[in-house]
Amino acid sequence: MFNLAFLIPIFPLLAFVLIVFFLNRNNRVSALTAVAGILLSGVFAYGVLFEAIGKGAELAKHPFFQTLPFVWTLPTGKSFFFVGWMIDPLAAVTLFMVTTVCLMIFIYSIGYMQHSHTDEHGHHHVTDDPRYARFFAYISLFACGMLGLVISSNLFELFIFWELMGLCSYLLIGFWSVRRPNEHHIDDAQTVRAKLAAIKAFLTTRVGDTIFFIGLIFLYIQAKDLNFDAIFNEKTLHLLATTEAIPGVPWVTVIALLILGGTIGKSAQFPLHVWLPDAMEGPTPVSALIHAATMVAAGVYLIARTYPLYITAAEAGGPAMTAVAIVGAFTALFAATIGVAQDDIKRVLAYSTISQLGFMVAALGIGAYVAGAFHLITHAFFKALLFLSAGSVIHGVGTNDMMNMGGLRKKMPITTTVFIIGALALAGIPPLAGFWSKDEILAHAFELGFGAHPDQVASAVFVMLAIAAFFTAFYMTRQIFLTFFGEARDHHAVEHAHESPKVMWMPLAVLAFFACVLGFANATPFGINFFGYFVGEYVLGIKEHLEHTPFNPMVAGISVGIAVAGIALGWLIYGWHPVKHGQRDPLSRVPILWSVFRNKYWMDELYGIVIVQKEGAAGKTGKADSVRVQPGLLLYFVGWLSEISFAFDKWVVDGLVNLAGALGRVFSAISGWIDKTFVDGAVNFVGMITNEIGDGMKYIQTGRVQNYLLLAITGATIFAFVFFLIR
Amino acid sequence: MIPLPFYLTLAAALFCIGLYGALARRNAIAILMGIELMLNAVNINLIAFWRYVKPAAPTMDLAGQIFALFVITLAAAEAAIGIALIIAIYRSRDTVNVEEVDLMKW
Repeated sequence: MFNLAFLIPIFPLLAFVLIVFFLNRNNRVSALTAVAGILLSGVFAYGVLFEAIGKGAELAKHPFFQTLPFVWTLPTGKSFFFVGWMIDPLAAVTLFMVTTVCLMIFIYSIGYMQHSHTDEHGHHHVTDDPRYARFFAYISLFACGMLGLVISSNLFELFIFWELMGLCSYLLIGFWSVRRPNEHHIDDAQTVRAKLAAIKAFLTTRVGDTIFFIGLIFLYIQAKDLNFDAIFNEKTLHLLATTEAIPGVPWVTVIALLILGGTIGKSAQFPLHVWLPDAMEGPTPVSALIHAATMVAAGVYLIARTYPLYITAAEAGGPAMTAVAIVGAFTALFAATIGVAQDDIKRVLAYSTISQLGFMVAALGIGAYVAGAFHLITHAFFKALLFLSAGSVIHGVGTNDMMNMGGLRKKMPITTTVFIIGALALAGIPPLAGFWSKDEILAHAFELGFGAHPDQVASAVFVMLAIAAFFTAFYMTRQIFLTFFGEARDHHAVEHAHESPKVMWMPLAVLAFFACVLGFANATPFGINFFGYFVGEYVLGIKEHLEHTPFNPMVAGISVGIAVAGIALGWLIYGWHPVKHGQRDPLSRVPILWSVFRNKYWMDELYGIVIVQKEGAAGKTGKADSVRVQPGLLLYFVGWLSEISFAFDKWVVDGLVNLAGALGRVFSAISGWIDKTFVDGAVNFVGMITNEIGDGMKYIQTGRVQNYLLLAITGATIFAFVFFLIR
Repeated sequence: MIPLPFYLTLAAALFCIGLYGALARRNAIAILMGIELMLNAVNINLIAFWRYVKPAAPTMDLAGQIFALFVITLAAAEAAIGIALIIAIYRSRDTVNVEEVDLMKW
């Protein structure tokens, strides 16, 4: 099975090609092709997973490597770039996660991308999105990118798929950036927002990608290779740890920090997180696909994949692991607080995603490799579930604003149920999936931070994550009560709400099932440590000193207590006295914190001042042409810099060039004059002389034979005389 | 026997008359006749030298006589071609005066 693993990303790619070139006229066939492609991938991925489980820790010790035949290699200077694939336990479980979640999202999209609309005569229409087929082509290509990234056997190949996903996320976030006539489900303001969000996501992640790529270049220069089996062996790691980039800092630390840059961009960590909430402008399946389950997971996956580098950096004494832990923990807390004060149902989930990704990154940063990877898998399921449920709500109600919802549980019972399951899993209520993975992270941080050898970083991480977990429980409760309970605040919207079709809620049920049971893959108190031994025994064949975190009843108690406290507070504020129509959010009575959280710590404004801002309120007025992009201070600075460089270029560089040109002209004028006067003069003089002589001598040619004869005889006579005289 | 210089003097005189005719006459026919005279002067030379330079065995070596015979033959051929040319010139230009036949000048 392993040697066929390369087919896993091929099937969605094939679906993409088929849809784009042949099937795009037929919406149904296109959708089915996409689903079939990911289904085949899933079949192979499950095969890979089961074979990997069969091999167990042996596979972790010796990951499966395979490269394409030599004809597929690319010559890169003196070496060759081998395209290949690698299967280790982490890749196997990630393949399982990605294909399952993608399959559910694809099926869900069949229903989601149809829009219901009531015309002026009161007739009810269900129409396909005008770009229905294209949507399935894009998400297929996207799935190809993610699956290819997971099985990549070298970092450069991984980077290629990484960028492919970047492209797809751009296309999908900006999916509704053009409104066609007779399209009712979006308005002009939305198209502008989608356009700006797509550009923002693309450019923001590009910052991280560039840093990541610089790291790759350094790694290639130092290790002479990017294949995982070539860089992650003791010899290369020792080399990286002992050679110094700058005095006192080994290369491995520099490279690990640069790769962290890629993760910060892709996994939306502070300070490059700003693109993810805006990316909610894409269709909801896209939010689930890209911004919950897969693409943002790629950043965490990258750190897990290059974990030997981080371990080595930590052993060499560098700050790489600490940086990972701090970035993750800070992001977790930071985003969780923002999520408390958002009204858009998807934006709450977006900040929740950022926060949970922070959990994973922090876990990897403190050395909880298994816990981080485990949270990556479980989170993908319940966050996809939450996003798709939110999409189901949006599909039914036609708005994103939770303040216009309320009381939907009667209209949408299935959606309500699965949403609550997902929310409880996210909040960390046992025995749902989120509890086990989050608890493991907290337990690990607690163990390191308050154990036998207290570590300040780990204790800080524990405290931040614990507070973040409290906020998580709180904002999910707030969201549930605002959306599904209480009374309808916008009767018009809620009145028309309806349960989503079967094709949409069936995938939700499947995801809810996984959200319930997946945690038992590593339920340590019951002695089940399957995931830990499977994934964490070895990292890419290198034995790690990863202790399996023992289950700590006290930490579990704390974490459940925090979750329950968050839920209780949420109920107290939003459940006991439901928010009425026209009433402000009860939290807005908290003076400073509310505006801080509500305005996302003014991060967008800060970016606006420093980098670039949009002028004119695209979100409110809805005029497409009222939006201007205004450069920020940094861009002004860059502008000045470029003007100075331009002046320098114009006056100094151009001046030198022009001077050289003028000198050349003078010299060539002089040498031209010499040539004309002397050289040509000599040549012409010779010609003239010849001409004159010819003119003078031509008269001896009389044309009379007797003259010639006389001359000849005279000459002969003279010669004869001379001849005789000489003798 | 008449001494050799007599013959040579006669031949030289005859050659000079012929040369003068070839150079000074205007009539092309006369020029041709001058050339004939020069040829015959040479013939006299040839015969005279044959007779005087090797008197011992004149009958065995006939080179001088044969030389003269060749010259006579050549002169005949030359006269034929020369007169043919003159006829051609006369036909095209209505004259045999060489002063007027100077087309090949500069």
